[in-house]
Amino acid sequence: MPTQQDELLERLTGSEYKYGFVADIDEELAPIGLNEDIIRFIWERKGEPEWMLEWRLRAFRHWRTMEEPRWAKVVYPPIDYQAIRYYAAPKKRHVQSLEEVDPEIRRIFDKLGIPLEEQKLLAGVAVDAVLDSASVATTFKEKLAQLGIIFCSMSEAIQKYPELVQRYLGSVVPYTDNFFAALNSAVFSDGSFVYVPPGVRCPMELSTYFRINAARTGQFERTLIIADEGSYVSYLEGCTAPMRDENQLHAAVVELIALDGAEIRYSTVQNWYPGDREGRGGIYNFVTKRGICLGKEAKISWTQVETGSAITWKYPSVILKGDGSIGEFYSVALTNHHQQADTGTKMIHIGRHTRSRIVSKGIAAGRSNNTYRGLVRILRGADYARNYTQCDSLLIGNACGAHTFPYIEVLNPTAVTEHEATTSKIGDDMLFYCRQRGIAEEDAIALIVNGYCREVLNHLPMEFAVEAQKLLAISLEGSVG
Amino acid sequence: MEPLLSIRNLRVAVDGREILKGIDLEVCRGEVHAIMGPNGSGKSTLAAVLAGREGYEVLEGEVLYNGQNLFEMEPEERARAGLFLAFQYPVEIAGVTMATFLRTALNEIRKARGEEALDPLAFLTLARERMEWLGIDPSFLHRAVNEGFSGGEKKRSEIFQLLLLEPQLAILDETDSGLDIDALKIVASGVNRMRAPERAFIVITHYQRLLNYIVPDIVHVLFDGRIVRSGGRELALQLEEHGYDWLRTDGETVVLPTLE
Repeated sequence: MPTQQDELLERLTGSEYKYGFVADIDEELAPIGLNEDIIRFIWERKGEPEWMLEWRLRAFRHWRTMEEPRWAKVVYPPIDYQAIRYYAAPKKRHVQSLEEVDPEIRRIFDKLGIPLEEQKLLAGVAVDAVLDSASVATTFKEKLAQLGIIFCSMSEAIQKYPELVQRYLGSVVPYTDNFFAALNSAVFSDGSFVYVPPGVRCPMELSTYFRINAARTGQFERTLIIADEGSYVSYLEGCTAPMRDENQLHAAVVELIALDGAEIRYSTVQNWYPGDREGRGGIYNFVTKRGICLGKEAKISWTQVETGSAITWKYPSVILKGDGSIGEFYSVALTNHHQQADTGTKMIHIGRHTRSRIVSKGIAAGRSNNTYRGLVRILRGADYARNYTQCDSLLIGNACGAHTFPYIEVLNPTAVTEHEATTSKIGDDMLFYCRQRGIAEEDAIALIVNGYCREVLNHLPMEFAVEAQKLLAISLEGSVG
Repeated sequence: MEPLLSIRNLRVAVDGREILKGIDLEVCRGEVHAIMGPNGSGKSTLAAVLAGREGYEVLEGEVLYNGQNLFEMEPEERARAGLFLAFQYPVEIAGVTMATFLRTALNEIRKARGEEALDPLAFLTLARERMEWLGIDPSFLHRAVNEGFSGGEKKRSEIFQLLLLEPQLAILDETDSGLDIDALKIVASGVNRMRAPERAFIVITHYQRLLNYIVPDIVHVLFDGRIVRSGGRELALQLEEHGYDWLRTDGETVVLPTLE
């Protein structure tokens, strides 16, 4: 006898992905496959200096010696790296001003709710829009430039600010770090670059919106954010992709550098296409994100809301090098259907009096698998380091799985670490209680899930917290939208 | 007068085992009915079936609520139509504050009644007033639903919800269990305050004690899935005196001593 829970899950798994459209735009494409010629092709198209070619080729040669990591709790068929296209960029993208952006590209972003006209944007949010392999528009650049803040595409930064790029690119995530970081270093095509000068508090949220459009194409973006002494910046990224039966690869690298007393807040609302209800299609999201508190009393805070992708493999981390520096990780990862997420963080305590805080909320529904994997490493010199970890899992239905792999390595006797973990289930009892008070089942689930995630959502910038709340509800609902 | 609730020959099974074996009961507005019975007699099953909990199979019979077939209504529809169950074991919902939970609930019910939704401020004003009636601290609203509540706090919270949602038919499922005498008095005072000509109560209890404070109009004795006797308040007192052994079955038939 099907229970109401089954029916509900049926409806949940029937939910539609709202961003699954494909736009017909004229793109320049690299031939499918990967070899040194393809890397030269990308390098040439981007008109990069000689040192970038060497950098890319070094990474590529190293990558060929590496094996794809298989330690994560995710299952997928082998990826044929020669069957992927590594570069696709809109032809009409070189524009002098926002008014010149190709109307078709403008329409894509309008449809996604990201208007590329400054007056239509949320006041206080500057946007860099990345379509497939290229940045197509960046808003509010002039206004930010008045404060000395650089906010531009990675391609532009390589041309205009080569000293900053050469100094910091690969300094937090070297190409030798892991298989996907090496691949990214070889073929990355665009992304965002931010530099905030000493003592400047960035007055608006900076955000990048990543959109995959072209078929059989991987997206490999690279983001580099440098907060100079005593500065502050809050950055947000969002992502969507069309619905396709094939799996598409997304392998990004994000590097954050916070100098003395600087603070970087990095928020992600990840909504790549998760695949259909049978698990066909969806994005493989293999991402390396890491920040370093290079200076004293620096602070890096990651907040992520992960609802999309067929596979998520992602561990935004902080290296706490400067004395008294702070690292934070706040995460909500929601999986439904056949989605698999293996996500968490690493907090590496090097400096004295460094502090880190990890709050992870995993939500699994349908037949999905949701894994938290975290490392807290306190090195010998990290006197009086502190870590607090809270790691909660919420299960909806009987066919999903939640897993937790916390690693704690403490080499300093003065350090204090705390770890708390809970697993709970939205049971029939909880739903019945809500319904007996007049709250319909779907509203009850949204209420419970939002309550469960509140602590993390509170760390998102206000406008996005509201969006994220809606996204969570949509990812769980079937009848709405 | 048409009864608010009318149960006719209700037979209900759980996991294939018949628990309610033919219940007949009529409850009119303004009345307080007490249902007493030993453990396993089917009291909580009756409450659960009326509220619409899953896992109960109705074998026979019908239940009319305000003239409507109750079994055609979803649990939330019953709640919006004014049927309230004070749970014996209220569940905890982490992260959701009582304020959010109850404002959502109240506004759903108000919507069904064709009333305007209450904004947070109006809700707080109303909630604080009702909390005062029960001597509940205002900080209560900011706690997560039932999380970390003591047994007494949970029961008081259920009655507070009753006061706030103003149902037409309130079913109290062993609200007295685990309460000390002071808490019992507070809970009873809340219920008594809500007694009104347009509202009915079904008070389910194992013990007579609660009925000293919530004085029922009619007492029913539920035994082995059947109402074996109905009477006035004195029936409860007799049960108290003789215990439920007084009702033990003798073969197929229930032996009931005649009441003088």
